[in-house]
Amino acid sequence: MTDARVLLEISDLVKHYPVRGGILRRKVGTVHAVDGVSFTLGVGETLGLVGESGCGKSTVARSILRLIEPTSGSIRLNGRDITHLGKAALRPHRRSMQIVFQDPFASLNPRMTAGDIVGEPLSVHGMAAGGKKRQRVAELFEQVGLRPDQTENYPHQFSGGQRQRICIARALSLEPSLIVCDEPVSALDVSIQAQVINLLIDLQRKHGFSYLFIAHDLAVVAHISHRVAVMYLGRIVEIAEKAELFANPRHPYTQALLASVPVANPKIKRLKPLVDGDVPSPINPPSGCAFHTRCRYVMERCKLETPVLVETGSQHRVACFLNEGTGRPS
Amino acid sequence: MDAINYDIELKRAGANSTHGWRKLTFLAQRHMLGAVGLVIMLIFVLTAVSADFISRFDPLSVDSTHRLAAPDARHWMGTDSFGRDVWSRIIHGARISLAVGIGSTALGSSIGVIIGLASGYLSGWVDLVFQRLIDILQALPLLVLALVMTAALGPSLPNVIIAIAIPLIPIVARVIRANTLALRELPFVEAAKSIGMSEMRIALRHVLPNTLAPLIVLATAQLGSAILTEASLSFLGLGIPEPYPSWGRMLSESAAEYVRVAPWLVIFPGVAISLAVFGTNLFGDALRDILDPRQRG
Repeated sequence: MTDARVLLEISDLVKHYPVRGGILRRKVGTVHAVDGVSFTLGVGETLGLVGESGCGKSTVARSILRLIEPTSGSIRLNGRDITHLGKAALRPHRRSMQIVFQDPFASLNPRMTAGDIVGEPLSVHGMAAGGKKRQRVAELFEQVGLRPDQTENYPHQFSGGQRQRICIARALSLEPSLIVCDEPVSALDVSIQAQVINLLIDLQRKHGFSYLFIAHDLAVVAHISHRVAVMYLGRIVEIAEKAELFANPRHPYTQALLASVPVANPKIKRLKPLVDGDVPSPINPPSGCAFHTRCRYVMERCKLETPVLVETGSQHRVACFLNEGTGRPS
Repeated sequence: MDAINYDIELKRAGANSTHGWRKLTFLAQRHMLGAVGLVIMLIFVLTAVSADFISRFDPLSVDSTHRLAAPDARHWMGTDSFGRDVWSRIIHGARISLAVGIGSTALGSSIGVIIGLASGYLSGWVDLVFQRLIDILQALPLLVLALVMTAALGPSLPNVIIAIAIPLIPIVARVIRANTLALRELPFVEAAKSIGMSEMRIALRHVLPNTLAPLIVLATAQLGSAILTEASLSFLGLGIPEPYPSWGRMLSESAAEYVRVAPWLVIFPGVAISLAVFGTNLFGDALRDILDPRQRG
């Protein structure tokens, strides 16, 4: 399914927020929200981005969509650098990338009808108006599994799952080539999650767009993604094909994440949690490898040097010193 | 957002339809005082609108044979020192009060909304400049500001409206700005941005409609205080000029001289002012409860 062509190329994306304090509002520190993230996303591919909360997943998503300005790094969409485009120059590119947010309650304007919400992008880009627009909105409603006669309803008359479908329809309306899903199912009931995930998969098969799928639920990511990237404190620590990553996790953090997935069988003996404690503050991230404060295999070197992503096998890249030679955490 | 909870509550109360009339009767039962306030306001508006038909005398015509007449069948509320019918003057005074109330609230709110929206949405230096201007406006007490304004502009109906509207601007601007700041961060605004919508359109289509609920509440509450301010200004001789009937002026003309010999000259305008302000405040309070889920017990 995965096309060899590259749709999105992120290189060395950095987003720092200044922390100001004192009477003079002087800069007293920096939040390293995203600290040098690079990856590529192929046409028709789904890249899952996982990590604990606060690790910078959503910042990556918002930077790609230019909802926030990255501190440095570059974002290339279809080979075109869009990192520094002005508002007007960016507008045509906005059509190519859309976002679905986590909270389906806050992501719809409560004072607009569902039909207006889905149809608005069409009028903004002058793609359709009047009867043609109504027809297109009805079409989009059907595609996401809503009834076309629901266009006149207001968001509060829909359930959480239905609202998320409206959000998806809004994203679809511009026929984008990339849809960023920022934890699109985290706020939904488990039974509804599956429906929405399957809808996303069906839509991808039909339209062939790419997803950057952000989640903290590994089961969900495993279901939808082709490749998975694991983030920790603003950096990607491991990225690989889905099957490879789940079968053969190389970074201690990935191993810990996978070990923490609940298993629906009480008889299976659980291993002791591989990590404990909280994520360190991104204001003063640990020196060297950011994970060294919680890592089981920590070495003296980890506290001093920062490991970079290195190829350890076919399309499997890990940022950990354990993987440098033959060594591998077992 | 506000509507959601009310619908649930409507259903819980057994009102299965959200039909206008059912909803209205439900709300009236729930907020008795608010309903009383609404009735008072309606009477007030109806009086002002039909003043020409229900007044029994010309409010300006002087009748020297009936000076300071006590209330009787002919002059329901007596006459003043010029022999003018107090009932007719109070009825026509409702027009002035209403004009001042609605006019100044509308003027102050619209300017306040524009400033608040620009300030909250654009932020940066625009926000800084507007906020400091508003700080200056707010530092002056409402009545003092109105006094200075009318003294500078001269007493006339439009000037009174402007004078009362200006102190309202910072209050509205603050509320709208605070709401805009909160709304700006919501995902539906971000979604609008990612669609490629212009900032102007986002501000008008997505942010403004969601700030209307608090604005309506604020405007209703301000209506009462605008009427009161007009009465105060007229009482001080800086409001509506003679001979037009203004409740505040009716009070001030008679208070010192005639309060002992003709108490009706003080009582009836005073009651009219109190009722009008009381009604708008009751209604404003109920409206706040209805539109703001946090205020509901």
